[in-house]
Amino acid sequence: MTDKKNKGTDPKTYKFDTLSLHAGYQPHKNAGSRQVPIYQTTSYLFDDVDHAAALFNLERGGHIYSRISNPTVAVLEERVAALEGGTAALATSSGMSAIFLTVMTLCEAGDHLVVSSQLYGGTVNLFRLTLPKFGIKCTFVKPRDTEGFKKAIQKNTKGIFGELVGNPGNELMNMPEIAKIAHDAGIPLMIDATYQTPYLCKPIEHGADIVVHSLTKWMAGHGSSMAGILVEGGNFDWMQNDKFPTMTTPYEGYHGLSFAEEFGPTAFTMKARAEGMRDFGPCLSPQNAWNVLQGIETLSVRMQKHCSNAEEMVKYLSNHESVAWVSHPSVPDHPDHELAKKLLPNGKGSMIAFGIKGGKEAGEAFINNVKLSSHLANVGDTRTLVIHPASATHSQMDEATLKFAGLSHDMIRLSVGIEDIEDIKNDFEIGFRAARKPRLVSNQ
Amino acid sequence: MKFKVNDVEVFASTGGRPFDKNKPLIIFVHGSGLTHMTWVLQTRYFAFHGYSVLALDMPGHGLSGGESLKSIEDMADWISEVIDSVGYKEASLVGHSQGCLVTIECAYRNPKKIKTLSLMGGAGAIPMNPELLSLAENNDPKAVDLMMDWAHGPAGHFGGHPVPGLYHINTGGMLAKSRTIKNTLGVDFRACDNYKNGFEAAKKIKIPTLSILATGDKMCPVKEGKKLAALIDGSKIEIIDNCGHMMLLEEADRVLKVLKQFILTNFPVEKH
Repeated sequence: MTDKKNKGTDPKTYKFDTLSLHAGYQPHKNAGSRQVPIYQTTSYLFDDVDHAAALFNLERGGHIYSRISNPTVAVLEERVAALEGGTAALATSSGMSAIFLTVMTLCEAGDHLVVSSQLYGGTVNLFRLTLPKFGIKCTFVKPRDTEGFKKAIQKNTKGIFGELVGNPGNELMNMPEIAKIAHDAGIPLMIDATYQTPYLCKPIEHGADIVVHSLTKWMAGHGSSMAGILVEGGNFDWMQNDKFPTMTTPYEGYHGLSFAEEFGPTAFTMKARAEGMRDFGPCLSPQNAWNVLQGIETLSVRMQKHCSNAEEMVKYLSNHESVAWVSHPSVPDHPDHELAKKLLPNGKGSMIAFGIKGGKEAGEAFINNVKLSSHLANVGDTRTLVIHPASATHSQMDEATLKFAGLSHDMIRLSVGIEDIEDIKNDFEIGFRAARKPRLVSNQ
Repeated sequence: MKFKVNDVEVFASTGGRPFDKNKPLIIFVHGSGLTHMTWVLQTRYFAFHGYSVLALDMPGHGLSGGESLKSIEDMADWISEVIDSVGYKEASLVGHSQGCLVTIECAYRNPKKIKTLSLMGGAGAIPMNPELLSLAENNDPKAVDLMMDWAHGPAGHFGGHPVPGLYHINTGGMLAKSRTIKNTLGVDFRACDNYKNGFEAAKKIKIPTLSILATGDKMCPVKEGKKLAALIDGSKIEIIDNCGHMMLLEEADRVLKVLKQFILTNFPVEKH
């Protein structure tokens, strides 16, 4: 270890923007192809019987069947792991399947999770209605109620789950403190960081153990492809207690393999792939993986524009006569502003929630009349998106659940795109005019 | 599996198969600050093909108890005690980096007990960069970051891990940070820096020896590996191109192919 040339220097490992373009891919092993090839195949030739057995026994790395792994998808997985500061990642067909796979890798029937109450509506339904069918129960805690997370932990609790910035109310979890609560209880913290992307926040650096993303959103940016991913921090000690026997005891499905002993900092991902992808199969198509990779190449520059446009829109909305309130972590009087400055130093994200004067009727008129902004059930597109959550993304919630999740009927969720900011404002003026005179406009 | 050496608990991966005393024993010895997990893409093959495998966590490392041993000589003696503790009279040794110094010294001290030596990224001496040594002894995580930088070749810096979804540099870094840096990496680096007997020990080794070297290895360059190999009678050299010091992960398949050929020839299952 005598590298004299490097004396007195900092590590020369590649930085974020370079990893966005290069991580996970070696052209010289792919016919020199500068772009990542799309391996549109279901399966892979074995050299001989011994090679096949070696792959099935996890004796060596490689690909067997594209439900389990695929070379194009593997580039995406490594790239996101590199960007997040994780040891390993597993891509899935959607963000929801990444969450489901994470939970099913962690939990068994009879287990319990503590979950933030401010989540995407589909995630709420998974935790509230679907997981109980598998014998997994959840206790919901408001994201700002840090002590509440601690109080909700039971003997059979296997983890804490939340979105760093809750959907759609923009309430932050105090991730470092909640990570400590989880670790003191010997359980992992799982964070959905879809809204942030690793450009704005790397949850692993703040104590999270598993990070999940809907790659469909800002990571891809183009709104063309569904994809999800789970990323492992590699720092959680699965063997510290007896809470995770499927990680720490011999697994019948792989010749008595103990994932924690054998794979250590990548054990969770290895189990999620070997068991979860094998048995549930929510695999990502290589074409969609490639599409997402194209988006990630420009992640930094897009996120900078998303955030600067969002801050402009916050100012515009805050001073607008038709707006009752604005919620965004960049606003100094936002209850989590100081926490956001610490956790989101590169920008506070491009999701804004605001209340429109005139309530539900005005909100509907606004949504129905904007022209440039798209009314749809997605976020994180390069284009500006708007929706009225109470009648769309969170419409399957009853009144009490809506209230607990911090939703109101006047709330409009805005995902700020990267169009020219003046064009977005002009479009909103059309919507606000209609909202002030809903009947007149709807009769035109 | 867990067992005891001198009343201190030792952890070793058995490659995913039960430890069987009727099979020939191969012991894998990791590099500075690392753990048994660096060997996952070599051990499982041998465990599934007629061998008993122990990929050790050295004392104070990974899942093993005790404190890190302070000299290469102590580590060499400890390896010999491991062989005794698990009820064997002989074994083949495979080492990486610091593990090469340990296995060379062990083979020198126990000429009848050690049957073959496989050295990956090895050299007769590993003097430490003073800055790196100081950082490690002062518990500075930058020591791990520098080690991961220098330990991976240009290709390894991009990624392309043989196991889908794993990222080399972060995985290696997490292994090296799994215990207190000054107590693992710091002690190991000092032991490497202090060790001076490698070349003399090599001259006395008369067992089949394989040196696997990598063209992009900045920590133990090819020329240093060749210098060591030249001192060992009949030593075989294999050079892996486009690869760094972490060859056992960066080019796991190519390394396994060479290692298989060497061990199956020189330490065959049938003889036991």
